[in-house]
This record gives sequence, C-alpha cells and structure tokens, in this order.
Amino acid sequence: MTNEPINLTIDNIKVTAKQDTTILEVAKQYGINIPTLCELEGLSSYSGCRLCLVEIRGSTKLFAACTTPVTSGMEITTNSDKLKEYRKITLSLLLSERTHICSVCVANGNCELQDLSNELGVDHVPFEREWTNHTLDSGHNFLVIDRNRCILCTRCIRVCQETEGAHTLDLKNRGKDAQITIDFDALWKNSSSCTSCRKCAKVCPTGAIYVDDDFISKTKDKNIANFLLKRRQL
Amino acid sequence: MRLADIQKIAEIEVDFQRAYKYRINVCCSSGCIPLGAINLLKTFQDLVTEHGVIENCLVARTGCVGTCSVGPVVVVEPGDYIYEKVTPEKARKIVIDHIILGLPVKKLLFENKTFIEKQHRLVLRNAGKIDPYRIEDYIASGGYSALVKCLTKLSPQEVIDEIAASGLRGRGGAGFPTAKKWSFVSRAHGSPKYIIANLDEGDPGVFANRTLAEADPHALIEGLLIAGYAIGAEKAFIYTRAEYPLAIDTLKKAINKASELNIIGKNVLGTSLNFDIEIRLGAGAFVAGEETAIIASVEGRRAMPRPRPPYPATAGLWGKPTVIQNVETLANIPLILQNGGAWFSKIGSPNCAGTKCFSITGKINNPGLIEVPMGITLREVIFDIGGGIPENRSLKAVLVGGPSGGCLPDILLDLPIDYESLKTAGAIMGSGGIVAIDDQSCLIDTAKFFIDFCVAESCGKCTPCRVGLVKIKEIFKKIMQGEGKIEDINLLSKLSTFITETSLCGLGQTAPNPVLTTLRYFKQEYVEHLVDRSCKADKCFKENKGVNIN
Repeated sequence: MTNEPINLTIDNIKVTAKQDTTILEVAKQYGINIPTLCELEGLSSYSGCRLCLVEIRGSTKLFAACTTPVTSGMEITTNSDKLKEYRKITLSLLLSERTHICSVCVANGNCELQDLSNELGVDHVPFEREWTNHTLDSGHNFLVIDRNRCILCTRCIRVCQETEGAHTLDLKNRGKDAQITIDFDALWKNSSSCTSCRKCAKVCPTGAIYVDDDFISKTKDKNIANFLLKRRQL
Repeated sequence: MRLADIQKIAEIEVDFQRAYKYRINVCCSSGCIPLGAINLLKTFQDLVTEHGVIENCLVARTGCVGTCSVGPVVVVEPGDYIYEKVTPEKARKIVIDHIILGLPVKKLLFENKTFIEKQHRLVLRNAGKIDPYRIEDYIASGGYSALVKCLTKLSPQEVIDEIAASGLRGRGGAGFPTAKKWSFVSRAHGSPKYIIANLDEGDPGVFANRTLAEADPHALIEGLLIAGYAIGAEKAFIYTRAEYPLAIDTLKKAINKASELNIIGKNVLGTSLNFDIEIRLGAGAFVAGEETAIIASVEGRRAMPRPRPPYPATAGLWGKPTVIQNVETLANIPLILQNGGAWFSKIGSPNCAGTKCFSITGKINNPGLIEVPMGITLREVIFDIGGGIPENRSLKAVLVGGPSGGCLPDILLDLPIDYESLKTAGAIMGSGGIVAIDDQSCLIDTAKFFIDFCVAESCGKCTPCRVGLVKIKEIFKKIMQGEGKIEDINLLSKLSTFITETSLCGLGQTAPNPVLTTLRYFKQEYVEHLVDRSCKADKCFKENKGVNIN
C-alpha cells in the first residue's frame, strides 16, 4: 500500500505523487510555483513564513504546502484571490517588521524578500513601519549579521545545525523580540563553536547575514544544503 | 503492596476518621496561604489541644474550596459550614462555639447558598475535603478503586469503550473526544508510548488546573495510571510551570507516596503494569501549553509549536505515539470508571457531557473557582454563582476563554456554555477563564490589554502572529490616543481574520478573538472612539493629560 502512487489535483491539473511527499514537492515537480521564504531544499521544514499556504477543497482551513503531505483525491488551490491577498499581507508585515530599505542593503538585487515582493505585486506597505535598532555584529573576520534585516526564517539556524553540525546559531527571546543569537549570546568573533563555513550567509534570503569581503551575488548559494545532503547520501 | 491492600487502607482510614465527630478543613492553597492559612492551621491545631477536643475533632490541611475572594477559608464538617476570612480570634470562637458547644457561628459563615448549590463538583470532588498530602485520605474517599477495577476487571479496550460511552471531551479547550485520542494512540505503531499531562496554565486570571493539582494530586495520578493501562504507555510526564511551586511540591509528595505504596513503579500493585511519572517544568511561556510546543519543551528544546500532521498520536514525544491530556480531563477518568460511562454521559448537555471548571474573575462579587455542568448559562454563572456585579453597576460584557477568548455582550447571557455554542458566538472554551466586565470599562482598552498579552507571548515563529499582532496593537494605540481613523475598523477586521486563518498554532489562531468579538458586538464603541473621540469609560485620549499609553 505504501508504494502506491497518489492521484490528486493542484490548480485543476491532475498530478501523481509518491507517498509521503509534501504538496510543495509535488507542485515543484509539475512546475507549479508556490512562493516560499523559510523553506529550503535540503533542510527540515519550518512552516514559519506562511507564504506557501494553500487551500484544500473540503476544509475551511489553510495548509502550509511545505509540511502538509499529499493524500489521495486532494483538490488543491494554490493561487486563489484570497491566497494572493494573504501573501501580500504577509510580505507587507515582514517588510514593516524591521528596517528593510532596499537601496542601502547589501542584498539589493539578490534578495528573496525583494524578489517575492516584486513578483507578488507588493507596491506599498499598508502598515506602520518599524525602524528597528537591533544589534549588528561585524566583529567576525568576514561574516556579518545585521539583525535589522532578519525575517526570522531560521534557515541559518537550520543549516548550521543540520548541515554543518555546529549549532552555533539559535533563537533567543520571543515574539517580535526574537533574535538570531550566536552561541549563548556571544559576539561572533568570540564564538567557540562557529566553523566559519559561511553556510548561513549562503542561505540567508535577505541581507541579514553576509560575507563582508565578497560580492553578495557570489556568496549566496541556495542549493548548498541540498547539494551536501545529496552528496552525503551517495 | 497488592490490589486488595487498597481496600484495607480505605477501611482503616474510614475507621480512623469516623472516630472524630468534627473535622476542620483549613484551605491551604495558593490563594489562602498568602492570607495566613498556614498559621491558621497551626492555630486550630493548638486550639483543639488547648480545649481538650483533640480526640473529638480532626484538623486537616486541604486544597481550595473555591471561594477565593473570602480567604482564608475554613470548612467544618459535618454539614460543610464554610467560614470566611478566618482570623486567629475567629478561630477561637469557631472552636468554642461550633466544636465544643455544637453551635455554628452564623455571622462568620460564607452566606451564598447559590454559589455552592448551582455547582456540580466532579473534578473538584475532593478539593477542600481531603488532605492532599495524605494518600490515605484520597483512598478513603474512593480513590484508586477505579484503578483496581481496571486492573482486575477490564481490558484496556474496555476502559477505552467506557470513556467513549461517557462522551468525555478534552478539557484543554479544543474539546477533542478523549476516547478517540486514546484509541488512535493505542492502535498506533511505535513504542514506547507516552502520556503528557498538561498542567501548563498560562492564561492570566485562570487557576483551575493549579488548584486541582494542589487539592487532589492523586486524582491526576490515578487518571494517568488508567490512561497508561488503556493505551499501553509506561511513562507519563506532568508538564507544569515553575511558577506553580505549591502544585509541584504537592505532586512530588504524592508521586513519592504512590511509589512507596507501589501504586506507581514496576508491577503496579502486584500486576504486570509498569508505570512511571516524571514532572517536567517549563519556564512559563503561554505558548508552551500548545501540544506540539509541550513536546518540544519536554524534549528539552525551545517551546515552539510545529505544524500538524504528524499528530502527536502518531509521532509525538521523541517521535513516539503520545497522548497529551489536560489535567482536568485526567481527573474525570477515575470517576467515569467508578460510576460508568452511562452515568457520566447524563451530566451536562447532550452533546457535551460532564462538567467544566471555570475561574471567574473581574468585576464580580464572588470571584473564585467553580465547577458547573456543561450547558449552564452565562447568566447563572455570573449572577447566581458569581453573585452579580459589585457596586450596583451593570454588566457590559463577559470575556470567555482567557486572553484569546471572546467578549460576549449581555444579550448573549442565556447562551449555554459548551464548546459549540461558544464557538458560534466567537468565544472559546479555552482554559476556562471567565472575566466579567462592567459598564465602567472601555472595551477598546480591554481588547488592547489582551492583544498586548498575546504580543508578549507569541513565540516568534510565524509571521502573522509575530508581526500581525504587533500591528493590531499599534492600531489600538492610535485609536486610544485619538489618532484613529474610521477606516481602522476595516483594517482591524481584515488583519484579525488574516491572523486567525494563517497562523501556525492555536495561539495566533485565537489571539484576535477579543478584537473580532468586540468589533462584532460593540462596533458602536469603536465608532464613538473614532468619530466622536469619546470614551464613555474615560480610559482613552489621556495622552494630553499626561498619562502615557504604552
């Protein structure tokens, strides 16, 4: 029973999937684009950004495509008017949460938050914007973290823990005060666990973590986690 | 110890207690201790010695009676005479008049008959009646007999069937049928299986679970044992918060005593059941009451929720099948097994059997902890049991379900309290908090208060809850400073619905309830604030008067 393929529809397209795959994985296989920010192939799913929410017929709830497994007969809608509207609100909330000014950001032109905002048509932010004054740590030889540009997707935490195995990065505080922290709230240069592998900078979707001595377009490498995962499985 | 010994302990204890004509129960729960209950207990012990009635009168420490506003509370049995605000001087009078002369001191009694009569105390059956530190007292009141019955007469499946017949639903707020949850886990592949008792009550103004653990810890332990037997688990965790020191201490003592008597441990009472209970403490985050967050916290990680599926019933604690049950649900279990599911199903309303504990607070004459049958109306709770609104003021709204509950107007007072009708009205059962709000309160201010709480308690994982709630808070701040616009009503409503629908866990999904319900039932008040810049309760627009609104 476990190997039987599952038949379902995504946006009225009939698709077939293996058991234990998520809606997002199936959609990708069929070239159906569902926007994501916290999700990254090769890392565990986090389901935090809530951009990949989709509708499933028969339920009034919304489901995160990155973590919801497909079941037989599912009828999934990924781009209803409501979902489009909600994705714009989500992006607006992220843009208003901390200090996001594209023109003075190292990631300008190489930012997933910026790209998605353009793609999904966020042309203004209807909320009061916060101009945060969170700590910036540039004491490391080449790695910089500017928490004012962080969207708390936790890709850096997961790549550090799951791929590199260092677990240097983690979360501290909660709610709007949640921050990426290094070791037990150390300065980066004093970290005893950081291997300076740069993976956090490679996967950061914005300009929150970057390598100071390089062009950001060269630093970023979204595929690093998946690449290493696949190599290790060989 | 073996199964038959439970009966022997009960008999010895009943004989021991029968020798006393009177029993003085001094409430020593978290509510009465700060008012001097421990000293009072000693005073009573000294007094009965001094007056030579020690042979005649048993002085016992007990848990909460429920009349928390008039503590320290003392109950004299037989007859359940509740004495309020007892001082050492009053204690002397009670001992002389009531115990020695047999004349209850009328003027010192708590005079509110309906407070007691309208209640139906099942979960709190022993609260204020037995000494939580003495397992014998619990056994004498019928305790552990349900466990003996399960171990001797019922198969695990029959236990689950009995719970199914009772119609018991989870008391943690969502109301999921308990028997269904148990059969999922009992059938789930994977071993070992675990049980987590949720004693992480994070809502402000709610203290039902704490009171239960302080007053009757063995009911919780017995519930866990029966659950363990039914689903095939050998290990349970009681997850509570470090802010509940007395509950933790009481539970620890109870667990130690039960281990001593071999009620928990290896080969429980000489049978083949093995069962261990461990207490795990959280640092007191509201979100840690969410079931997947509890799992993370018990595993030693940051208490953050994760998406479901997989549900804890298939992949919970350390990836193993896990039952997570509120302590109030667990305390119901021994009673159902003692008296049968059919008996239980007749209590309460048709689609919602049993009782529910509520912490009633706010502008009300008798704040405290009550237990009422499901289906009772809000009016009965507020006016008959709660004694109405003080200072001749009128009731404006009732907040049901804690900080993420709903503000219901007085026209809904005849609403029967059960999971479905509350949900339809926009509120939730939640952890059982009922806050009475009088006509001197501003509901904009009230809604903002609860949003502030959820902003502070959001874990920070998902965008809608972490950022969206902050935006709602900012809109409220603007309204209260007189800078609001009429469009803010639509923005609030849109944003609240968005947060409800898109948040990851129950915290975010219910946090906007106070906003949504005040918009639904009290829109006029928003309009008054936004158009007329008037706040009838005189809470808002104080910026110019030198009061800073945070």
